[in-house]
Amino acid sequence: MTTLHDDATDASKAVDVNDPRLSRFDIVKEGLRRDEIEIITYESQFQGKNSKAEKRVVRNIAFLFFIAGLGALAFLGFYIWWPWRFELGETLSDFYTPLLGISLGISLFAVGFAILAWAKKLLPHEVSIQARHDGGSPSDEQKITGQTMMFVADELGNGVQRRPLLKGAIGFGLAPIGLVAAAPLIGGLIENPHKDELPIMYTTGFNPGKNGGNPVRLTREDGSPIRPEDVSTGGQMTVFPGIPHGATNEYADSPTLLIHLRADDAQATRDAAEADRRNKGSMWGDYVAYSKICTHAGCPASLYEQQTNRLLCPCHQSQFLITRNAQPIFGPATRRLPMLPLGVDDEGFFVATSDFKDTVGPDFWERP
Amino acid sequence: MKRRKVDLQQAPVTAAKGVDERFQAATPLRALLNKVFPDHWSFLLGEIALFSFIILLLTGVFLTLFFDPSMKEVPYEGSYSALRGTMMSAAYESSLNLSFEVRGGLFMRQMHHWAALLFMASIVVHMARIFFTGAYRKPREANWAIGMILFLLGFLAGFTGYSLPDDGLSGTGLRIASAIMLSIPVVGTWLSASIFGGEFPGHLIIGRFYIAHVLLIPGGLLALISVHLGLVFKQKHTQWPGPMRTNTNVVGERMFPRYALKQGGFFMAVFGTVALMAGLFQINPIWLFGPYRASEVSSASQPDWYVMFMDGLVRLMPNWQIYIGDYSIPPLFWPAVVGLGALTTGPIFWPWIEARKTGDKRIHNLLERPRDNPERVGIGAMAFTFFIIATLSGGNDVIADKFHISLNAMTWAGRIGMIVLPPLAYFISVRICLGLQQHDREVLAHGVETGIIRRLPNGQFVEVHQPLGPVDDHGHPIPLEYGGWVVPKKMNRVGALAPAVKGFFFPVEKPAEAPVSPGMPPVSGDDREEITSGRK
Repeated sequence: MTTLHDDATDASKAVDVNDPRLSRFDIVKEGLRRDEIEIITYESQFQGKNSKAEKRVVRNIAFLFFIAGLGALAFLGFYIWWPWRFELGETLSDFYTPLLGISLGISLFAVGFAILAWAKKLLPHEVSIQARHDGGSPSDEQKITGQTMMFVADELGNGVQRRPLLKGAIGFGLAPIGLVAAAPLIGGLIENPHKDELPIMYTTGFNPGKNGGNPVRLTREDGSPIRPEDVSTGGQMTVFPGIPHGATNEYADSPTLLIHLRADDAQATRDAAEADRRNKGSMWGDYVAYSKICTHAGCPASLYEQQTNRLLCPCHQSQFLITRNAQPIFGPATRRLPMLPLGVDDEGFFVATSDFKDTVGPDFWERP
Repeated sequence: MKRRKVDLQQAPVTAAKGVDERFQAATPLRALLNKVFPDHWSFLLGEIALFSFIILLLTGVFLTLFFDPSMKEVPYEGSYSALRGTMMSAAYESSLNLSFEVRGGLFMRQMHHWAALLFMASIVVHMARIFFTGAYRKPREANWAIGMILFLLGFLAGFTGYSLPDDGLSGTGLRIASAIMLSIPVVGTWLSASIFGGEFPGHLIIGRFYIAHVLLIPGGLLALISVHLGLVFKQKHTQWPGPMRTNTNVVGERMFPRYALKQGGFFMAVFGTVALMAGLFQINPIWLFGPYRASEVSSASQPDWYVMFMDGLVRLMPNWQIYIGDYSIPPLFWPAVVGLGALTTGPIFWPWIEARKTGDKRIHNLLERPRDNPERVGIGAMAFTFFIIATLSGGNDVIADKFHISLNAMTWAGRIGMIVLPPLAYFISVRICLGLQQHDREVLAHGVETGIIRRLPNGQFVEVHQPLGPVDDHGHPIPLEYGGWVVPKKMNRVGALAPAVKGFFFPVEKPAEAPVSPGMPPVSGDDREEITSGRK
């Protein structure tokens, strides 16, 4: 519509809006002309007033609004009178949330469709065309604004250029203020991961330092210590350090899997461990303990496959072979699970003779 | 004293005049009422994201009234008897109370979660529409970039949000997030220790995530959504090619009353959908997961769907560790830090990359049908294939379990598929686009296939074609030019049959519309964009 633009700016098409002969629609059209809009079609969707079709559409819309009201009332009714307190087992309260959802959903849908039907079916059908103006401002406007900005830059920039004292003063004055804003944020947030005497990255709850220098017992989640006969052959148990809060998330890196191997598997495991510098002497009889924290992303590698002697991490499917120092054999993990050196104290309970000799948990840049 | 008479009829006029004297609103308000919007169903996908965001704000404010972002250990004493007496964080306890002790609280929680999933899904579908139709081209590059950042912010909002209840599943997610931070070379341990306030999990992270989730991220979203919509408004919406539509106009409906009313109805429909889903479909049943314990996890631990692609990439990554002297870079770094960073920031630059490649500096207000730009469709298909494989791999343990496939085979299928399938998708989609283009040209040149077979005197059989335009002296159609829009390919598209089904609400006595041929939009050639095959 190349003519549209001309039409719109063509002053001869303008009408006097104060002319009393003009209808309201004429005035609306004058507004459209000023906004560079041309109405191509604007016609009722019905033939004649009060046609049968129009009446039916109106009836349908009214019906939808009625449904909306009913749905909203039903929602309020359910919300107030339906038993909502949760009780274990099958009770009426199980239906509380579904009933809220259904009643509110029906109500909102009905409102939505009523409005949509009103807009799409009752209002006149319309096609309008509006002109676009792309491609930047007029070139003289661009120039004026550009020159104004350059003028401002000159005033400030050259002023500083000519007055070197100001230059230094501004630099000295503003830079520290910027740092002031950053200081509390950085200073407050930053934590040195290596600051503690027992550095957090390399220490678990099994470190004797956490128990006044004595070896730490292996305990169940409730804190009770474990005797070797508590774990049946081929069985396994998740154990925690026997110190205060040892089984809580305070020692999230400490959960360990204690496994009582069958004799032949134990022999294979022992052979592999004895040949290894770090794991040498860490087993106790047919018992072996590996850190449960996956060396890949830190999930508990807790799915124990008894038949194949594998540990599987359910997060990213790294698999570790128990009989070969928990070497990763599949998946994204690169490092074996650290072995906990086992012993039994005078009272016959399992203890860790020292902390893990390898770093527990996900890998990082400076791990030794 | 005589009482002054108040002219009630004149009151609104006086009030309006008073307002205008103070704010000079008349001219801009008229321009707003009159603004013309083009209409097409695919333009409403972004609206779903906007409406979901409004629902998120409404339900989210309700949830904050009851949630306690504290990691203090407390014993549970609520009405869910299976967990009674268990020690748990106050955050988890208040989330349970929100589900069981607050009337309608579970409904609100589920509405919030479903709206979040819908928000992310509609962003992805909306951006696919923008991509495949070339709507991001000049002058709308900035809005594409804002859209990408909105996706990234939505991703962060989702992750911080589902971490807040501090249940068994979200705690595992936090553990992985900490491992991802640890994997960053040089600063990893410092970063993790600073964010968690020491060793994982510490006592601070839920409170920190809370302020990010309810203030910082929504603030960013709100600001960027405002700019996004402001730009759509200022630059005016793109439109499909078609009758009367050119690069320099907008054909559609004025914003008021019809267009705005339709938007309102659509919002209610979206709201209703979320309400139905929240009522009928359980989501994130945190009471089944128990409180977070570092020693416990179950299989089928999946994040929300929009995070699954990253989880999938992490699962598929081979165990390649890089050693540099005494230091090393764990394999987790590549998919989770480099991968996520590249996949969310790389596409931001796509409009400029494409413009540079094609040397196209023109302004485009007309959309391109996907088939008219096969290269772009191919690249999009490649990206989506990659995304889908990564997402499926994020749930490969569930697939392996349900279909009795070896888990290791699933991992390898993902690894190989990730390399082989995207190029295949590129090739196939480009061929499909070219085929569709060719068929359009064929119909424009020869007419619509009528299905009528005629036998010629010499025994030859030919199919009769219905020309779409004028014919020459021999009765052969004069080939028509392609208009960048739908070409009718069936006889009832050109008026051979009246529409068979009267729709719901369809007025019976409505006169049959004169068939228009969209293949021949009555537009003069000068302001139309040149439409080529799209292959350079």
